[in-house]
Amino acid sequence: MKHSVVSLTINGAERQMLVAPGSTLIDVLRESQGLTGTRRGCEQGACGTCTVLVDGKTAMSCMLPVETIEGAHVETIEGLTPPQGLHPIQEAFLQGFATQCGFCTSGMIMVAAALLAKNPNPSREDVVRAISGNICRCTGYEAIIDAILDAAVRIRSAAHAEAA
Amino acid sequence: MSSEIAFPSPQHRRHGSSAGQPLTRRDGVLKVTGRATYAADNHPEGMLYAVTAVSSIARGRVTALDVEAAKAHPGVVEVLTPANRPPLSHDPDDKIPPFGFRVEVLQDDTVRYVNQPIALVIAETLEAATEGAALLNPQYEVESARTGLENGERFDTPAVGVGAPSRTAYGDIDAGLAAAVRVTEADYVTPPQYHNAMEPHAVVAQWDGDRVTLDMPNQALALSCAAYAAYFGIPAGNVLIRSPFLGGGFGSKAILNGPQILAILAARMLDRPVKLALTRAQMYGPVGHRGQTWQKLRLGTDGEGRLTALHHHVLAATSSFDEFMEPAANASLPLYASPAILAEHDGLRLDTGTPGPMRAPGEASGSAVLEVAMDEAAIACGMDPLEFRLANYAETEPGTGKPFSSKSLRECYAEGAKRFGWSGRPLEPRRMRDENGFLVGWGMGTAVFHCPHFPAEARATLRADGTALVETAGADMGQGAWTALAQIAAEALGLDPDQVELHSGISSLPDGGIAGGSGHTASAGLALHNAGVDAIARLAELATADPASPLFGAGNIGVEARSGRLHRRDDEGRSESYSEILARAGQAEVVGTAKAARDPAVAEAHALFSHGAVFAEVKVDPDLGQVRVTRLVGAFAAGRIINPRLVRSQYFGGMIWGISFALQEEAVTDRRTGRIMNADLAEYHVPVNADVPSLDAILIPEDDPYVNPLGVKGVGEIGITGTVGAIANAVWHATGVRVRHFPIRLEDLLVNQRDVTSAFGN
Amino acid sequence: MNRFDYIRPVSVPEAIAAAAVPGSAYLAAGTNLLDLMKVGASRPERVINITRLPGLDRIEWLPDGGVRVGTLVRNSDLAYDERFAKTFPVVAEALLSGASAQLRNAATVGGNLMQRTRCAYFHDLAGACNRREPGSGCDALGGENRLQAVLGWSEHCIATHPSDFCVPLAALDAIVEVEGPHGGREIALDTLHRLPGATPEQETALLPGELIVALRLPAEASSFSRNARYIKLRERTSYAFAVVSAAAALEVEGGTIRKARIALGGVAAKPWRAREAEALLEGKQATAQAFAEAAELALAEARPSGDNAFKIELAHRIVTRALSLALEGTPQAMPALPASPFPALSGANHVI
Repeated sequence: MKHSVVSLTINGAERQMLVAPGSTLIDVLRESQGLTGTRRGCEQGACGTCTVLVDGKTAMSCMLPVETIEGAHVETIEGLTPPQGLHPIQEAFLQGFATQCGFCTSGMIMVAAALLAKNPNPSREDVVRAISGNICRCTGYEAIIDAILDAAVRIRSAAHAEAA
Repeated sequence: MSSEIAFPSPQHRRHGSSAGQPLTRRDGVLKVTGRATYAADNHPEGMLYAVTAVSSIARGRVTALDVEAAKAHPGVVEVLTPANRPPLSHDPDDKIPPFGFRVEVLQDDTVRYVNQPIALVIAETLEAATEGAALLNPQYEVESARTGLENGERFDTPAVGVGAPSRTAYGDIDAGLAAAVRVTEADYVTPPQYHNAMEPHAVVAQWDGDRVTLDMPNQALALSCAAYAAYFGIPAGNVLIRSPFLGGGFGSKAILNGPQILAILAARMLDRPVKLALTRAQMYGPVGHRGQTWQKLRLGTDGEGRLTALHHHVLAATSSFDEFMEPAANASLPLYASPAILAEHDGLRLDTGTPGPMRAPGEASGSAVLEVAMDEAAIACGMDPLEFRLANYAETEPGTGKPFSSKSLRECYAEGAKRFGWSGRPLEPRRMRDENGFLVGWGMGTAVFHCPHFPAEARATLRADGTALVETAGADMGQGAWTALAQIAAEALGLDPDQVELHSGISSLPDGGIAGGSGHTASAGLALHNAGVDAIARLAELATADPASPLFGAGNIGVEARSGRLHRRDDEGRSESYSEILARAGQAEVVGTAKAARDPAVAEAHALFSHGAVFAEVKVDPDLGQVRVTRLVGAFAAGRIINPRLVRSQYFGGMIWGISFALQEEAVTDRRTGRIMNADLAEYHVPVNADVPSLDAILIPEDDPYVNPLGVKGVGEIGITGTVGAIANAVWHATGVRVRHFPIRLEDLLVNQRDVTSAFGN
Repeated sequence: MNRFDYIRPVSVPEAIAAAAVPGSAYLAAGTNLLDLMKVGASRPERVINITRLPGLDRIEWLPDGGVRVGTLVRNSDLAYDERFAKTFPVVAEALLSGASAQLRNAATVGGNLMQRTRCAYFHDLAGACNRREPGSGCDALGGENRLQAVLGWSEHCIATHPSDFCVPLAALDAIVEVEGPHGGREIALDTLHRLPGATPEQETALLPGELIVALRLPAEASSFSRNARYIKLRERTSYAFAVVSAAAALEVEGGTIRKARIALGGVAAKPWRAREAEALLEGKQATAQAFAEAAELALAEARPSGDNAFKIELAHRIVTRALSLALEGTPQAMPALPASPFPALSGANHVI
């Protein structure tokens, strides 16, 4: 059993790491990179809690063998958070009471980021579909959906203000 | 974009008094940035990883473990088994009151349930510990598993739940039934369910001599410290539990469990920090669940649709070695007026992990069944289900005749029914279809939950800069305690909530009681309130005794705390700021402390309950049996509301748990082996957002002068009661099929003829 | 997870050579294999990562109007490919009704075809399973079996195949292109998955070392684009495997069925093509009666393998429904809840 060297760009920084066969992306993020904002929920792709972006698309980090994504760009909740203040999605979650226990929150926000990057003006149904792979056991779905819709408005108006 | 992150003082806009306002959550910023640290996020220097090996049989003995193979695996440091497990100072078979459970900590080689810990492997990496546990290759002497009614052992029990009576009788039940014009009688079953908080149970334990620091999610800090202290033979003050964030608890993080104790023991044995995090599958056994029940309801009614007797019998499953049972029949005690009520329980011992309190223990499964039975009785009487409940409205507590401290259930019924549009509902089932031909049904249920109050303590420190620090060892498992508690403290201190810093979630602070039983806001809140009042009193003493103060001599008249100033009660114009008072007194701060508990006389004199009414609409595919809940309206009266946004979230959460109970959740046990065949989140279904319909929670104003000085009742659990029955009743109303077990499944609704000629058959 | 060697070939021949060693398994996205390895239901000694093999991630349109989809094309990329979704809408609908967005982003076409059963006893190492461990027995028989097979099962195995994607593929005569130690060959998707018989461990028609390199849908399959639906019943509204499902595709002319395609999911160890039912419909008027007769024929051989007789009735009803909805016409846009019998997210209107 040989370890292999894998290169990933994590939150904009290039990282090389020695990984054991079968290591998943969440193992690397949490255990060796100290990025604990990505949470372990079920370890079998059944809850969405560990969602991160891989090359801009949502992925369950607990089900991704690191070796299969050599060279990929990975973004986590830590990377989404700007150095100062909050990302508009985070701001919308905060203002909209879209966190309860907070354990699913990172995953929900990463899903929202991928959705809004692709579809800046989603319908309620688009949002429902986008987060249908993320379980919230406090069941704050209504507030989460509202927050994502609110985030879309915030991002659009920020872009509009910039253009003007 | 936002301004600077400020923590813990939230940004908000405030109008009027702080209590009652939807302030931003104090933990919000840490949660949305991923910086909130849950137990498993801690990683102290030199830390080892522990993984439990668990039994795959439900009953028998472990005859062999290949400890050599596990130890030979690179990175494995130690393997704990019954052969080498260091002693504990308290016998794990002996329960520690008041909420103690017997714990499985390798005391012998006996196996009592599937997923029981049978060894603990400690290694340098998680991967090595996991593989080490897999290499143990346990051998068993297997005994036949007792998994159901056929082979479980029935027993009489004096108590159910946590010390609740197992049998309560008011009036003469036989006479009541004999006097009835009709008796509605049916049997019902509720399944085993698992809490499945999103955050798996975890602990990081670090010893320093005979002191231990535990990072763990915990709903009951002080009680847990005392219990760990007993197990490890150290003073309670030597146990420090840090539980700043809980990724959900729902009752499962209030009780000590074997795996966590073993990890703490391993850390002491190896003199290195140890982390243990359960896998999702390992949560199906040692950390509690909602036990299965078999329930029988007999409702006698007279010619006017009034109850003459209400008999609720529950057979409640528990483990072979402990006693927690769902106090489900007690849900029938406080709600409907009946001259005779009998609520009674028997126990059934099965080879499972011990059940424990899970969101609305007893009330959830008892109310689910009671509300269905009430629906059946209403139909038998030819009455509208709401009219039937109103006909049996209890003006005082049934049986005891005590007045309710407050009860606004009538308003809940009225407002809920109005918002839902209940009037005009046809009595007969299968009368409504939507534009696409789906069957539509409307059902309702009454929600009720008791108001426990746990003793709690708090400290409030007014500081020279006019701000305050308030402290209590409470737990925020998502309900928003940090926010609501700070609001209560701010009000007592006459400050803006953003001038109040709250410290909580660590056991070194004053005991905040238990975050459970929907009693945390009232319990810890009252302590904080009293501490705030005490701090203000001390400040007032300084001011009124100081000739230089405009408040000098106002001691007898009294002062009021408002907006950071003390005002003379009889003269608004004479006031002084907290900072000025402290500065002149030459004090850096003034500290108020308080202990708070329920006045026993209040509970003696009053019945204390939150109430609500839930209305549900379901649509059912007439041919395929697929059910969707399309509308849920709940109206709840729970005393004074501190933060309506948080409260609404709690009601929604409870109502969605109701959907889950009615239509989804069930741990499926293999009857032959006792193994749980869906011990994960893929096949043990909990709702995803697509299952959640339009929700509406109406907050009925309610002033309760008795329940506690704050007038606050509980909101965390009541939402699940009422909702389960409302949905089941709506399914009946849509389909005409009465399902008497939960969850309601596709196949239950296939009894109708094929509907191929309907709107679906073109 | 067991220890294993990890091999990263850079060409298909290299991958096939590597897989010739016994105990090898191909790994693409790993959404299924990794899950099985974590619980120990699969313990390969060598894992061959095929994600870097060149040329296997393309959707190519063939001159005759058919399509060839590389084995590494992601489920979501295929479902959202505009031309593909327009030409084979029933396949896109099935894809989008499965798993979750995150998993569809990762999961590959070949991986979906090769996914293993969800039978709890297959995953439960403490129990007997002939599929996992030949000759050990089948604990699902006489166990918790309400979701198990009602067609084509044997006393050796009553598991079902969980794929949504494969159901319309079977209906539309998809072809699987395979490369192996002895060269390339084609396998009809309908024969890729095997019924258990006495050898449930032989799950597919692939020979040792063979690798699926592409999936083809023939041009004829596009003739159903206007009347094709996939309908799936599940125990929660999304993110759940099918209790039963059905793909139905019709070519209708003036109320007369010219061609019909029907396949069922969740009922057998393979996606279940109902050819006799299709034949019965061809040339008939498209009526509820005809659909019900077709459903009857599709389930004629069905028998419960345990507490699951309801699945036969449910399968009957879902075939009828899928045919009715296919006749109504393929929706202009992908339904909000793909494959749901409910027309939309009824009741999702927000009220506070």
